[in-house]
Amino acid sequence: MDRQETRIIIAGFGGQGIVLIGNVIARAAVIENKNVVGMVSYGAEMRGGTANATVVISDDEIFNPFVSHPDMVIILNQPSLDRFEPQIEKDGLILMNTSMIKRGPQRTDLKCIKVDATQIAQEVGNLRVANIVSVGAFIEHTNLLSMSSIEQAIEDLFSSKNPKLVEINLKALHSGAEQSHCLQPVGRT
Amino acid sequence: MGKKILLKGNEVMCEAAVQAGCRFFAGYPITPQNEVPEYMSKRMPQVSGVFVQAESEIAAINMVFGASASGVRCMTSSSSPGISLKQEGISYIAGAELPCLIANVQRGGPGLGNIRASQADYFQAVKGGGHGDYRVIVLAPASLQEIYNLTMNAFDWADYYRNPVMMLSDGISGQMAEPVEILPYKPIVDLPAKDYILDGCKGRKPRVVKTLVLRPTDGLVTHNEHLQEKYKCIESELSLCEEYETADAEIVIAAYGITARIAKGAVRLARKKGLAAGLIRPITLWPFPSDAFADVAETARQILTVEMSHGQFIEDVKLAVNGTCPVEFLGKGGGWYPTEEIILEKIESMVAASVTTAKGEL
Repeated sequence: MDRQETRIIIAGFGGQGIVLIGNVIARAAVIENKNVVGMVSYGAEMRGGTANATVVISDDEIFNPFVSHPDMVIILNQPSLDRFEPQIEKDGLILMNTSMIKRGPQRTDLKCIKVDATQIAQEVGNLRVANIVSVGAFIEHTNLLSMSSIEQAIEDLFSSKNPKLVEINLKALHSGAEQSHCLQPVGRT
Repeated sequence: MGKKILLKGNEVMCEAAVQAGCRFFAGYPITPQNEVPEYMSKRMPQVSGVFVQAESEIAAINMVFGASASGVRCMTSSSSPGISLKQEGISYIAGAELPCLIANVQRGGPGLGNIRASQADYFQAVKGGGHGDYRVIVLAPASLQEIYNLTMNAFDWADYYRNPVMMLSDGISGQMAEPVEILPYKPIVDLPAKDYILDGCKGRKPRVVKTLVLRPTDGLVTHNEHLQEKYKCIESELSLCEEYETADAEIVIAAYGITARIAKGAVRLARKKGLAAGLIRPITLWPFPSDAFADVAETARQILTVEMSHGQFIEDVKLAVNGTCPVEFLGKGGGWYPTEEIILEKIESMVAASVTTAKGEL
């Protein structure tokens, strides 16, 4: 579909901080004066169940807030990969948390960012920042938003709660950017 | 331009209400509007307002009845099943001619239904819902900035006309987040003095706010005639509508709220394919912008009504179009929502059918 928009799905287990990833990305887009619509799956959600969030970013007016065929996906666990891989637009992008996903994508047209997010988070000092590690990897290998906008969004979100949270999340962000790699589509000749 | 902040639709509505001077909120939890009482429970104490989590939806609407009678800008919110419970109170408030804002963040029905977005409360909102000949001003925003602006206006219109106003939102509009410019409140009309409120009668004649008028001929009949005159006045002064690419459109989509927003995307897709599509979107559902619809029907070949229900809004579209051109339908209830692609497909099939018809006429 001919679109000026970037449509993103973020998915994983409930409790992995899926909603926060969407929130950070959406806030960074607002900082860059882009139009953005964010949505979170709501309803009978629970820790350990699947959770997903969507973000649409555009320089133009955004009409449809829903994302059925994302251009990019951020996937933190295996069940979410199985569910969302078939929905990605052709030649789209997938980010995988390889700590929790053992097989790669089955499609050969996708660009693939790999990051050992849960492992890196553990090294940073808190398992819970695996989500922000993933954001770091995502921003590093895409031209969507600048790292400084993401840093600003993290400061906006956490500084009023606890300055220490800003510190560890920024550390997680940069570790994710440094310790990730991006594979071009294997199907490309 | 002020700074834009990222908020959910439900939160945007609350912030606008607070900015517009709403100082009393009563509500009862129900998904997908829970951000409303959550936000209000935090904000109301900050502005010396009152937040009450009532024991039921019925209690909440009657608390609003009381707050309004005492002159305070006030609101309640709920989602479809809860709004059904409030109907008695809404009828009373309309009968007593008191201002207030009622927000319905619609979900799937009938019955307890589900928690997905829906537009199946259209009839209930615009045709009454409660008993008696009364009207409620019904607003249908399609973006979060519009939720913000219309919520502020809603309090002004409620005070100006001494009438309840309903914000007809839905689960998507309430849950989605978008950047919104938090504009300072400025009344859009000259607000009349509240010379009817019960604020202590020391030094003046006592006032009564009531809805029981037992005398028929010079009592309730007169009161009803007065109400109808007021409603006629509102109809002539306050019908709002947005048109998009309608000037040369052969097929015009009629849709409101979140559906209209998606339909706008479908119009953009259709235009790229060389199809002359347009959109007409009522911003006020009551009063219904009938004149704008009648005008569009003069130039359009066909109208396509899209709504997240099995056909309620389409009845008002057909009344306004009054047979000038055919009105097609696309819609489902229960949590279904249209995509740009589904609407585009429908437009294409309508174009194809009209080409076949034209050939048939030859």
